[in-house]
Amino acid sequence: MSITIQIAYLVASILFVLGIKMMNKTKSARQGNRLSALGMLIAIIATLLQIQVISMVEIFGCIVLGSAIGLYYANKVEMTKMPEMVAIFNGFGGLASFTVALSDYFLRTTVQMESIELVTVISIIVSVFIGGLTFTGSIIAFLKLNGNISGSPITFKGQHPLNLVLFLSFLTAAVFNVMDQSDPILIIVLIVIALVLGVLTVIPIGGADMPVVISLLNSYSGMAACATGFILNNNVLIVAGSLVGASGIILTQIMCKAMNRSLINVLLGGFGQTTSGPAGDGPSITVKEVGVEETAMLFDSVSSVIVVPGYGMAVAQAQHVIRELMEQCEKRNIDFKFAIHPVAGRMPGHMNVLLAEANISYDKLIEMESINDDFQNTDLVLIVGANDVVNPAARNNPQSPIYGMPVLNADKARTVIVSKRSMGKGYAGVENELFGYPNCLMLFGDAKQTITKVVTEMKEM
Amino acid sequence: MSSEALIILIYILVLASFLGFELIAKVPPTLHTPLMSGSNAISGITIVGALLACNEMGYVTISKWLGMAALVLATINVVGGYTVTDRMLKMFKKK
Repeated sequence: MSITIQIAYLVASILFVLGIKMMNKTKSARQGNRLSALGMLIAIIATLLQIQVISMVEIFGCIVLGSAIGLYYANKVEMTKMPEMVAIFNGFGGLASFTVALSDYFLRTTVQMESIELVTVISIIVSVFIGGLTFTGSIIAFLKLNGNISGSPITFKGQHPLNLVLFLSFLTAAVFNVMDQSDPILIIVLIVIALVLGVLTVIPIGGADMPVVISLLNSYSGMAACATGFILNNNVLIVAGSLVGASGIILTQIMCKAMNRSLINVLLGGFGQTTSGPAGDGPSITVKEVGVEETAMLFDSVSSVIVVPGYGMAVAQAQHVIRELMEQCEKRNIDFKFAIHPVAGRMPGHMNVLLAEANISYDKLIEMESINDDFQNTDLVLIVGANDVVNPAARNNPQSPIYGMPVLNADKARTVIVSKRSMGKGYAGVENELFGYPNCLMLFGDAKQTITKVVTEMKEM
Repeated sequence: MSSEALIILIYILVLASFLGFELIAKVPPTLHTPLMSGSNAISGITIVGALLACNEMGYVTISKWLGMAALVLATINVVGGYTVTDRMLKMFKKK
């Protein structure tokens, strides 16, 4: 490898690091993302310059096709569909690393007929394993988020032993593959097991755990790129891959902490299922309903409001009408804030993106630790499509499956209004005792429609 | 690969991982989604590997076809990832 390309890769790596560093402030984040994109461009151009001209037509064809698809979807996707988008792109990243590893394997075994050295063959196997798992795991996450398959945990008897057997078979086949690289059956067995394991490890994970799964898969896609770097003896792949791998792990840890659960616990699946029974079908609670006129009157009479957004807000696309509600309240000098739980929604920071899309300034979005003491001094809390993250059972019912999970203390406000389509349970499948509290009112109906009516009422006041 | 070269690659892996941990731990939750889609775009660095794979051999080998497939996938990841991250970050503004 020439010194020029090495320097180009070094510059690219520096730009990736600087780019991520600038992501830690809202002000500089956009520029950081562009620096990182510039690093990518430099790495690509440097690589293009050193390869033969003979394959340029195909290469440019592929780049144009990939760019067109990427640009089209990136510009078209709705902000509410961001978790799906990140999931599917993760899958593509994993599949790309997987495919590069296989390409290298077949080149060496069937064309060059050489024996691959130990480090490289192990790297190929690792890349196939992580890349394949990332691909099918991401596809399942995408299908779950998109509603093509049920978002609830899919479990069956013997699931964990089956996964273990598959994993051990993978290891066995890997050992045989290291010893005898000429047999294509072995690599095919490895490919199939990696793909099947991706499906089996994500299907038991429920919708509430999706933020963890998405950030874990993000980490995997980086690790797959890193393993591919070891195959090709390429520094820039290792640097970029390990940066992403580490970043995903940190985010995963943050998400797990926000739910007071271990990663193992999430991966084994079935939030609320493991301890089901009395918690799942306890006596149903009596709730008080409230209409839109009354809600509008309540908003008109208070001096402080906190909104707790959740996945239901995303589904109803209610973020824009909530901004209108905020404008009406601010006209009346009502203090208006948002309380953001780290795992609200289907990916880390999902609510922040949706509210930013609706043009709500990010300094109104307050994190859980900073806002939890404010609830007791707040007149009115509006919960829009959030459920488990405001369930007081997490604080005071040791029998509850979500006991111990840090939640927003919305129940401590003077009045709580819950905008919800029906009495359905949250993703954890746990009854929310907050709904039966004396200070809690239920505003049934599609969040977008009901809150629009509330805003109209307020305008007429 | 000589064991010396391998050791250097492992050095890079370990140091870059620590750097990644340090960098991300300071990112505020507001930016977690853009961070994730941005870092996902970075994981498309596999595009470099895909370019090298495309170039490796003649036209009819399975390696070349796999390389081309990888190139399309990695390009979608890179271009789409950076574009959508930029779109998101454009929305984050203070009033």
